[in-house]
Amino acid sequence: MDVVWEWFQWLNSEHGIKLTIFYDEWDRNRFFGGIWTTIHLSLVCMALSIVIGMGGAWLQMSKFIWIRRIVQGYIQFFRNTPPLVQLYFFYFAVDSALASVTGIEGGVFSSYGWAVISLSFFAGAFNVEIFRAGIESVPKSMVEAADSLGFTSFQVFCYVTMPLAYRVCLPALNNNLINLIKTTTVAYAIAVPETLYISNQIWSDEYNVPEMMNVVWGVYIILVGILVTIMHRWEKSIRVPGFGN
Amino acid sequence: MSTKTDWSADQPIVSIKDVYKSFGELEVLKGINIDVMKGEVICIIGPSGSGKSTLIRCINALNDINSGSIKVKGMEVNDSELDKLELRKEVGMVFQQYNLFPHKTALENIMMAPLKVLNQPIKEVEEKARQLIERVNLVGKESSYPGELSGGQQQRVAIARSLAMNPEVMLFDEVTAALDPETVNEVLLAIKDLAQKGMTCILVTHEMGFAREIADHIYFTDRGVIVEHGPPATFFTEAKDPRTQEFLSQIL
Repeated sequence: MDVVWEWFQWLNSEHGIKLTIFYDEWDRNRFFGGIWTTIHLSLVCMALSIVIGMGGAWLQMSKFIWIRRIVQGYIQFFRNTPPLVQLYFFYFAVDSALASVTGIEGGVFSSYGWAVISLSFFAGAFNVEIFRAGIESVPKSMVEAADSLGFTSFQVFCYVTMPLAYRVCLPALNNNLINLIKTTTVAYAIAVPETLYISNQIWSDEYNVPEMMNVVWGVYIILVGILVTIMHRWEKSIRVPGFGN
Repeated sequence: MSTKTDWSADQPIVSIKDVYKSFGELEVLKGINIDVMKGEVICIIGPSGSGKSTLIRCINALNDINSGSIKVKGMEVNDSELDKLELRKEVGMVFQQYNLFPHKTALENIMMAPLKVLNQPIKEVEEKARQLIERVNLVGKESSYPGELSGGQQQRVAIARSLAMNPEVMLFDEVTAALDPETVNEVLLAIKDLAQKGMTCILVTHEMGFAREIADHIYFTDRGVIVEHGPPATFFTEAKDPRTQEFLSQIL
């Protein structure tokens, strides 16, 4: 590995391209720590947003109109307001309100915690709509066929509706999760040490803004590329002839 | 649950009495009476919108009825306490659009209900499914998805899927209406085979030649009522009602 580090040092001394994140151990550690935070934050938010999406889609099928209205209100609120404003709202307003109610000093959750909550609800709102659209795309006649074979409504949901709905959902879900990865950069604003925040610290210390900007592009292109590859493989593996394509 | 009632083979296996059904303002069935004995083959014919499909959908409770009574093997279908599973074990249904599960292979489509609904052991279910595939003449297509099969093949899988539940009565809702002409025959042959082996069948159909050949009794419906009925030998030649005569003259 030392050869690689030395090469970057040479690149700096000969050509003035200053990528300290490769040869300065302190910068390297905090930078890769930042990438790890981005990955971690993305994965946790993806998982939670999918859970929220499924729960919301299920609640939207409720026969009680006020339950459906609450879900609809949640979707409208999180879909129609900027994610940065939502993050500030949670981090500053909700946190201090909770702190005064509970008496916990120094905030109820860390900035990372509020980023997880805020971004999960943000992406979750879109997921509710995506899953609902998927469920509604399953032909009623398919459900009737299962009914007439004696399936209970829960069995119909598990064995017919869900398997068909998620095949329809995947492309839209894919898009939303890509968006989520990109939106994790707003956590910068409340000092979550993710990729952009750390990069900013490094270019402030080392005066290497152009180099670090390019590195940040590269990091997000690679992270999103990995997700896209995984999702496409998944889409391909569950494709069945004559359905949804 | 009040489902098991005493029923004996000398009583109709399906008994429809004075059934009324409306969708909102629209009255679709206006006092229908039909009795079907075990092993009988009944064809219901009539112009579009005459309530034929609604009627057979009521028999396995896909539609509820407003008044009257439908009994299958003594079970009252119009009873809110009815255990629908018990009903649907007795009544199989085949649809116009096949409605196979597109994410399952032909064999899996047939195996699904016995596995999940009846919780039968997989080995037994698979053996039975393979026999059914053979019965509907689809050997070699076991692992094809519905999207890879022709309409006629899909419809035969759908028939096999219903038979896998060992029903006493089979309902066929215009099962050849969506098929290419050249595949209609293979589906009719599969139904004929069933009928000849003693399955009780209720068919809604536009295939008059077929109805004439296999039906024990033909019912002609128009605007929600049974206009005329009789055995095929007399029905087609001695229709009395002008509406029946007009319908037959258009179709034959």
